[in-house]
Amino acid sequence: MCWWSISRSITRCGRSDRLRLAFSHHSLFVMVRSTLRLCCRATACALLASVAVAPLAVREVEAQPTKGVSLGLQYRPGEKTALIVLPVKGANGDSLTTMLSRDFDFSDRFTVVGSSAAPAVTGAINWALFAKLGVDGIVQATVLPSGWLRVVLHDVGLKSVRNQKDFPLPSGALSPAWRLGVHGVADAVEEWITGQRGIAQTRIAFTRAGRVWTVDSDGANVTPVTPSGMSPQWLPSGRGIVYTVLDGVRNPVMFTDLATGAQRVLASAPGIEHTTPAVSPDGRTLLYARGSDTGTDLFAQPFEGGAPRRVTVGRGRASAQPSFSPDGQRLAFMSDRSGHPEVYISDLDGTNVELLTAAAFGDRDYRAGPDWSPDGRMVAFQSRNGGTFQIMTINLRDQSVRQVTNDGRNDDPSWAPDSRHLVLTSNRSGVRQLWVVDIETGRARQLTRGPETRLAAWSPRLAAQ
Amino acid sequence: MMRSSRLMLVLVSSSLVLGACKKKPAPAPTPTPTPTERAPERTTPTAAPVDTMAAYNEKVASARMRLLETIFFEYDADELRDDARASLDAKIAILNANPGLRIRVAGHCDERGSDEYNIALGRRRAEAAKRYLTDRGVDASRIETSSFGRERPAVQGTTEEAWSKNRRDEFEITAGGENLRPAS
Repeated sequence: MCWWSISRSITRCGRSDRLRLAFSHHSLFVMVRSTLRLCCRATACALLASVAVAPLAVREVEAQPTKGVSLGLQYRPGEKTALIVLPVKGANGDSLTTMLSRDFDFSDRFTVVGSSAAPAVTGAINWALFAKLGVDGIVQATVLPSGWLRVVLHDVGLKSVRNQKDFPLPSGALSPAWRLGVHGVADAVEEWITGQRGIAQTRIAFTRAGRVWTVDSDGANVTPVTPSGMSPQWLPSGRGIVYTVLDGVRNPVMFTDLATGAQRVLASAPGIEHTTPAVSPDGRTLLYARGSDTGTDLFAQPFEGGAPRRVTVGRGRASAQPSFSPDGQRLAFMSDRSGHPEVYISDLDGTNVELLTAAAFGDRDYRAGPDWSPDGRMVAFQSRNGGTFQIMTINLRDQSVRQVTNDGRNDDPSWAPDSRHLVLTSNRSGVRQLWVVDIETGRARQLTRGPETRLAAWSPRLAAQ
Repeated sequence: MMRSSRLMLVLVSSSLVLGACKKKPAPAPTPTPTPTERAPERTTPTAAPVDTMAAYNEKVASARMRLLETIFFEYDADELRDDARASLDAKIAILNANPGLRIRVAGHCDERGSDEYNIALGRRRAEAAKRYLTDRGVDASRIETSSFGRERPAVQGTTEEAWSKNRRDEFEITAGGENLRPAS
């Protein structure tokens, strides 16, 4: 296993997550073991230690020969690791089993084998039975008398414990906080295997029936969090949400503190629309579109209060829907300054504007709703060329465009913290609902059900409450 | 004109009176016929009030209707159509007849564009109407504008008919609407 991963890491200056995997304590142990087994690979190991972490993955190395090496539990992008969650015993065991299995499934990085198929485990694990199931890893969770959750990850290929940790869970089983804690456990296990923390411990804010709600990443816990409003965006800390209230009078941008439920006005003036707010990655700047008799333009102001500063000069045209780059230095936004809506990027003060979506589309119809991916590499947006809106991504390095949806009308994408999943609004099932799409596999799942639901924003990773 | 025609009327009627009573030549022609002769002339206005009040009220109601009349737009456009201009011309006359009158224009969109961009488009539709009015002499301070994007559709549905009814400016009176006077 180790040699394989090392050699790949070296050949391709592999993904940072794989390198981290190789460096984790247990892996180092395994590494030494298998290195001894493979005798002649020691030089490769030494080499690895000096390899710097490079951020980019290249696909073709997938064809590396692997025969003759015991691979064990190994995350390979594009090739899913098979996991099984053993049925958890005790109070709320079924909920724990279900939640963990579902989180691994929703990560789109694993093939999850149904827990009911698991051979009974009493004491020692019968590795052969699990190998026959095609399982690479076994997740064994036990509720401790303290209420903590002990999680052991077994590596079927290596017939050994890969990771083990005791996780605290908030009291009040099945409460929103407890569920968020369990999602955090799933995310930690995912990090053990892939080197990258999962996105189960997140929520999605959205607009329904003229107010803002949140829902857990697995679709549970649908909760209204404001008395009115639309267009929510998260604070980078995840502790609150900014949104707009289109009341036809002062149309304020509001802030809601999710811990206390307190609402605060951030921007408000008679006869002005304050819409599509966004908060900078450092939490200090609020950006929003300000609609007045001179048009709709982006304005910035200190989050804690202060005078608004003009960012765009539309001269009667509209600029709206700002999205910060993760380093907080650039903006993506929508503007119809050219006569029809397109996505632009600019510096924070509105200078150095570039038309982002022109090259791929020419002069047809429209683009809107940009969202900059948390890894900084892509901007997702909605695009229409004669037909209906579809979600697309544009790679900022080579401007390559990929279409993510093709079913029904799709609007307003928002990235998950993993820069791999998008939540978007789609009418593919009839009424507009939120859907989560994995841009690598194209797999889509419906997140919400019920009345019309739209304008979603994926939270950052949330700490257990 | 008015005065001369009334004079004519008096002359004609007095000559009629004169012609009617041949026995005596009337010494004072003008005062005597007034009670009888003026009477029919007055009955026209006194009989009318019932009708005129109703007509006046009707005029006020129709002025109010015209003032609050919704105007419509083409898809993804904020240009004023001819029917919208005609409606705005009527509104100008009413605004001119009522200096204390203030209005609010709210722009709306159909559901086809981006929800959030529609707020900006609705604002532009409201501003288009306001600009038309102010360019023709209505004081800008009398007109507020706002936008609801696609958030408050007038009609539900996903047909062009529904959409065309949702792409609109709505008008409301914010002050001075109590004693509305019709345009003269």
